[in-house]
This record gives sequence, structure tokens and C-alpha cells, in this order.
Amino acid sequence: MSGFLLNRLSQSIVLLVIVSIIGFTVLNLMPGGPLAQFGLDPGMTQKDVERLAAQLGLNRPLWIQYLDWAWRLLQGDWGHSFRDGSSVLAVIGRHLLATLLLMGTSTAFAIAVGAWIGIRGATHRYSLFDYCATAGAMVALSVPTFWFGLIGIYIFTLKLGWVPAGNMYTIGDGSVLDYLHHLILPSLVLSLVHVAIWSRYMRTATLDALSQDFVKTARAKGVSERRILLKHVVGNALLPMITLAGMQLPSILTGALVTETVFTWPGMGRLFLDSLGYSDYPVVMGLLIFSAVLVVLGNLIADIIIATVDPRIRLG
Amino acid sequence: MASGIQVASPADVALSVRELTVSLPEGMERAHAVVNISFDLKRGQILCIIGESGSGKSVTANAIMGLLPKAIRVSAGAIHLDGTNIVSLSPDKLRSLRGRVVSMIFQDPLSALNPVMTVGAQIEEVMAAHDVGTPASRRSRAIDLLIEVGLPDPQLMYHQYPFRLSGGQRQRVMIAMALALEPAILIADEPTTALDVTTQAQILKLIRDIQRRKGMSVMFITHDFGVVAEIADYVVVMEKGHCVEQGSAEQVLKSPGHLYTRRLIAAVPHLTGTNRAPLDAAERRPILKVECLVKTYRSGSALFRTQRIVPAVNGITFDLTLGRTLGVVGESGSGKSSLGRLLIKLMESDSGSILFEGRDLAQLSEAKFRPLRPKIQMIFQDPFASLNPRSTVGQILTVGPVAHGMRYSEACERARELLFHVGLDSGAFDRYPHEFSGGQRQRIGIARALMFKPKLLIADEAVSALDVSIQAQILKLLDQIQRETGVSMIFITHDLRVASQICDEIAVMHRGQIVERGPPSQIFLAPKSSYTRELVAAIPGEQPGSMLEHEGYVEYPKQGETL
Repeated sequence: MSGFLLNRLSQSIVLLVIVSIIGFTVLNLMPGGPLAQFGLDPGMTQKDVERLAAQLGLNRPLWIQYLDWAWRLLQGDWGHSFRDGSSVLAVIGRHLLATLLLMGTSTAFAIAVGAWIGIRGATHRYSLFDYCATAGAMVALSVPTFWFGLIGIYIFTLKLGWVPAGNMYTIGDGSVLDYLHHLILPSLVLSLVHVAIWSRYMRTATLDALSQDFVKTARAKGVSERRILLKHVVGNALLPMITLAGMQLPSILTGALVTETVFTWPGMGRLFLDSLGYSDYPVVMGLLIFSAVLVVLGNLIADIIIATVDPRIRLG
Repeated sequence: MASGIQVASPADVALSVRELTVSLPEGMERAHAVVNISFDLKRGQILCIIGESGSGKSVTANAIMGLLPKAIRVSAGAIHLDGTNIVSLSPDKLRSLRGRVVSMIFQDPLSALNPVMTVGAQIEEVMAAHDVGTPASRRSRAIDLLIEVGLPDPQLMYHQYPFRLSGGQRQRVMIAMALALEPAILIADEPTTALDVTTQAQILKLIRDIQRRKGMSVMFITHDFGVVAEIADYVVVMEKGHCVEQGSAEQVLKSPGHLYTRRLIAAVPHLTGTNRAPLDAAERRPILKVECLVKTYRSGSALFRTQRIVPAVNGITFDLTLGRTLGVVGESGSGKSSLGRLLIKLMESDSGSILFEGRDLAQLSEAKFRPLRPKIQMIFQDPFASLNPRSTVGQILTVGPVAHGMRYSEACERARELLFHVGLDSGAFDRYPHEFSGGQRQRIGIARALMFKPKLLIADEAVSALDVSIQAQILKLLDQIQRETGVSMIFITHDLRVASQICDEIAVMHRGQIVERGPPSQIFLAPKSSYTRELVAAIPGEQPGSMLEHEGYVEYPKQGETL
């Protein structure tokens, strides 16, 4: 196990270095650069911009800039936002909880409902339920999320007035109920596509487990259908789902670009979009590294969980 | 057909099947899986149902267990289990019979056990499902059962997961599970087919012993007359869903009445013990000389000291005379398939030499070996997986030679010739692999290998996936081809009986080494190594006094007759 961890960690570090180099390069290849917006500002002369660039160290060769950035990162200094000068870690911290709330709720909902639909679709294969679930999943997967978001706002906010159209809380209120009230619509809209994905995967995995010989053995033993499903089928069908959940983990913390924008949710997704718009390179790079670390961690955690629950797999 | 059934009073009949017909869904090859079959399993007896693939023997077993898939249903007849007719019994009542009155063991003991449940938990589940005992009593009963089926260290075994066990041990666990509630009837569906021959002998003995000790009734499904001769009291022969013959084991084996039974018995390969008549080719020089060949599998990482080293081929030396056949025989894990793959350089050897016509293949780079590839060809085990389902037979046959520079028209001509030669009609050229039966596909595989006019053919378990009657035909075809073309052959198999049919010389492999080498007469009649003796003794139906006669009753079916 420790050998496996060492191995994976060393691989991950190489991966993170490569991701950061590519990210840094691509970002700086974009036309304009971080100070382009000041070029259009009539109050700033070319000289002012150059002085600013020198101040921020942006006139040095790119590779020196990268090494400088990476060195500081290793020391825990993620840099400072161009926008307001606050530290990148603090900016991320401010938006992390909002995203965690939204994505955590919707993912938990999606996994529970998606798994249930998938299992039922497999045990009642080719039934009306199965056909509806399949058709529904296709719709959820093919229609863009923002459309569901807008339709949701139109129906539940404008027409019915049940829920607010956006934001995380009402200024001046901020009670738990108020948060929940704001949370319902965006998390449901966001979970639609994940329910669809989970139900499809779960259906396939359940069908696969159902066709295994050990299910027949259990029937030959006289085990009840209910117990066969719970103990033998679902137990085995969930194994491949763990990897899928591991891949979902990063998105729980990095947020949903579109949904957060539609519902003006102050999360990580919107932070990323805004930072890009402002050419706030330190924040963008910080988010890039943050999500890359999460992807690596998510896969690692999934592998460890699988090794714990599946006796056949021993990491090593 | 019904004449074989003796009128038995219900008291001494554990299982009675009467005029059972099971229908298949529309659009299948035939309308019924099983047509109008009747037989009785008497208490304390072993009844063998024997038939080739597609004979309906497994469907019969599943019908008795009430485990038929929804699309397949019993359309007529009755099945009496311990006096209860289970046809049209409610699912709940059926469930309460399963595992308690009748239990079943399956062919593949690996996939038949839940990989993420411990052995102990799976045995206890039978008792829990029928509300028998308390958790503590179930546990001690499970341990007792593990002891009863002869598993070592039952306390440890109880907590073990199936993947840690060998094939034979897994089948013992399955048997322990089936015995948990002391059912009156045990149904065994090809329980030894996936096992090595020595393990098979142990499992057959275990089933026989337990059956005698407990006075259980056993319905044993098999395709192997050797197994029938070993354990059966009563035999039912099935062909394409019909029961063609039944009677006591002695009667069916010694004086089979039906033509099909006779043909099946005749097709069973036997240890001949007589050596093959050598071809009258003048040359007697070796075509292949292998010296001290070594291949070791390494897995894991040396850096983190998690490496596992498995010596698959461990210093093997042999030679093969031109135009002869060398059999490589061994159980699973003996390294025989690794050897085959080393010889055609599908895998690089670690050390040693492979001298083919005087050149050392082991040293050649892939680029230098490539021109030699056509001379060494392979016939694979699985005739279903080894042909690309999206290519026509013509494409499969011509693609290799064309890649090696043969003109397409010439390749086509040769392909058609060879298809005819291996017993397929010329229309086969434009058809796809799925349109052929297993035996026909193996003929295509042989034609493909012959396209290159090879000097050496390596057949890796080439007949193991086939029914015995087809097996006999393919062996005959290979023999005929060797006599016509003078090709040398290495025939890799786990089945000593098959090896004795076709080999001039046999090498017995055990743990990566050749433990004995010699002509069939030596290997089978006077084996020198104790391992060979063990192997020969384990072959079912070959013991002295066995009911299975060693002479064929009828001639081999004409080539292609039952294709």
C-alpha cells in the first residue's frame, strides 16, 4: 500500500508540473496579456503600463516568470489577485463554501436518485419505467443546462413565484431556511444531467451484475430476490461507480460554470469566469492548480476505496 | 425410447421427469429446447445426462431447479421433486425448495461465487435464506462443511475470498454450499469441465463419496463419456433436445442401442498406448531445436519491492523431427501455452535458443524474424474469438499472405482450394465467421494457418473447445494434412487422451519444466516420472475395469458429416 502511494504521488507530481507548465504557457499565449485592458484606458499612458508591468514582474522572460511563480507556490504563496490585491488562497476560500454547498447537494441527490433509477431500470428492463428513464436521460443529456436553468427560473420564479431567481441568500436574512430556499432550484437543475449520467452507468453495471453466474448460484441456494438484488447485485454493481464518483469529486469543488452564472451563485465556477474576464492571471492559475490537485486526489481516493471494498484488488 | 424407464414406486424415486417439453422463444434455431423427455432419478443413485452442446441437458437441469430464464418456459410435462410437482409452482414455493430439497453446482466455480463475499458468508447464506439455525450455529455448520469437503485450514478458509482459492478449492466450496441443508437431490452441471484432470479426479471422488455417505441422489450433467464411466449408475443420452437412449450405465456403455450413442462413445479419444505409424518421409532431420529456454513473468515494481516473479518456462530443451508431431501436455499453469507463444515470438524469451532450420529465432529482431513468420503458424484454441467477426472468411484467409507479398488473385485461389481441402464448400469464402459452427470455424482457422505453406504448425488447445465428435474430425483432419504436406506440428493440450491420438512423441510439462518425454507407449503404459503417473491415473474412464470399451463401435463419421 505504501509503495503504491509513493508511486502514485510521484506520478501525480510530474502530472501537476506538466499541467502547470501547459496552463501557464497557454494563458500567456493569449493575445493581449494581463495588462491589455489598461491599454484602452485613456487615463493610462503607455509608460504607465510599462511601469506597472515592471512592478508586477511581467516584463521578464516567460520561463523566469513561471519559475518564480512555481517557487512561490511551493512556499505556500499562491500570488495576489490583480483585481483587488488580496491573496489568491483567500479568494478561493471565499468562493469554495458556496460551491461546496451547491455541488454537494446536487451530487448527493444525483447519486441517490440516479442509482435508484438505474437499478430499477435494470431489474424492470424494457418496462415502461425503463423506457421513460432512458428517454428522460437522453433529454437531460442533450439539452444544455442553462436552458433548464432559464426555464426553471421562468416557471418557478416568474410564473409561480416559489423560489428566488438567483444568489445564495437574501441580504439581511441569511437564515438556514433562506439558504435552502435559494439552493433548491440551482441544485435541482444542476443534478439533472448527473442523474442522467448516473442512471445510465448504474443501469449498465446492474445488468452486468445480474447476468453473472453468482446471481444464479444465489437463486439456486433459494435466496430471496430482494436479498439477491441488495447483497449480490448492487454490491457488485457499485464497484465501477466508485471510480465515477472519484471523477466527480473535483467538480464538486471547482463548481459549475454555467449554472453558477445563470443563478448568480458566488461559487468557484463564476470566480473562474470573472477572473478570466479580468485577465486576473494569478487567480486563474491558482484555480487551475487547485482543480488539477483535486482531479489527482479524486482518482487516488477512488482507487483506495475500491481496494478497500473489493478484496480482489490489492494496491501494490 | 420409453422402454428404458422402469416403473418405480414414488418412494424410491427422488426426482421424476415426465414428458417434459421446454419451448424456446420464436426466432431461435429450433422451437423446443427439450422435447418430451422422461426419466427417473432413484434415491441414492447417480444419474448422468450426457450430450453435446445444444443437446438441451443444461436446460433440463435449470427446469428442474425452476431457474429457466423468463423467455424459456416449460410448455408440457411434469417434474416431481420428492413427490411435489414443481411445474407451475409459485415462485415462493419454488424458492423454498431450492437449496433445501435440491441444490446445484455449476461448471465455472470462479464466476459462480460472489467475488466480494467471503466463503463463509456465502455458505451461511443458504441456511439464512431458509431460516435455519442461529448465526452461531450457522457458522459452526459452515466450518464443519468446509472440513467435510476436504478443504485445508477451514478456520482460515471461512474468512477467505473466492479469488484466493484454486479452481478445485472453489468447486469444493460450491459443494459445501450445496450440502449445507442436506438436500435430497444434487444437480451438478458439468462441475469438472473447467478443472484440470487431476483436480477433476478429486472432485469426482468427493461427489461420489459424499453421495454414498449421505445416500443423496445426484443428477450429473456432462459431455464426457469418461466421466460417465467413472461415476454413473444410470445414463440418459440427449441429442438436440431429445432423449435418444437411457438405461443403466453398464447397458448404455457396453451395448449402446442408438446410433448417436455409439457414435459419441466411438468419438471419445482413448489412450492408445500404441505409437503412431511414422510417415514414410525419407528425411529424419530435426526442424526445431529448443535449448534451455527460459521465460520469467515479473509483475509489480522492483523499486518498491512488491515484485512477484513467476518462472513460466524454466530451462526447456527438446527437438522436433521434420514431419512429426510433438505433444506438449500439462495442467493449467504448467507453462505449456507460454512455451507456444515463445516459439512463434509472440513473446520474447529471457534466455536460451530456438533453432529453427538452423537459425536461432530467440536472437532475431522482429524485423529479421518477419520473413520467417509464414513458416511457423499457429492454430488457436477458441474458434469463436480467434476469427475477426467483421471480416469475411476470404479476407481472413488472404490478408496475411497478401501482406507477405502474395498476389491477391493467387491468394484467393489458394484460399478456395484450402477451404475445400479442410472440408468446407466454396461458398464459405464470402461468408462471415458467425455463420459457421465451432467445428467449421476451427477448420477455417486451420486453413488460415495453411495459407502460408508453413513448415511448423503450433496448435494451442486446438480441439479443447469442441464437442467430442467434432474433436475427432478435427484431429483426423490435422493428421491427414500432416501426411499430405509433411508439416511438423507442436500440439499443446491439457488432454492426455487427445495427445495420444495425434502425437509421435509427448512432453509432459509441470511447473515450467519438462518432467518426461517419450512416445505415447512410454508415457501411458510405462511412465517414468511420478507426475506423469498421477496425470495418467486421473484420466476419467481409463482405469482398469472401466466400463468404457477401448475399441470404437463404428467408424469415424465421414468428414463433414455432422457439421
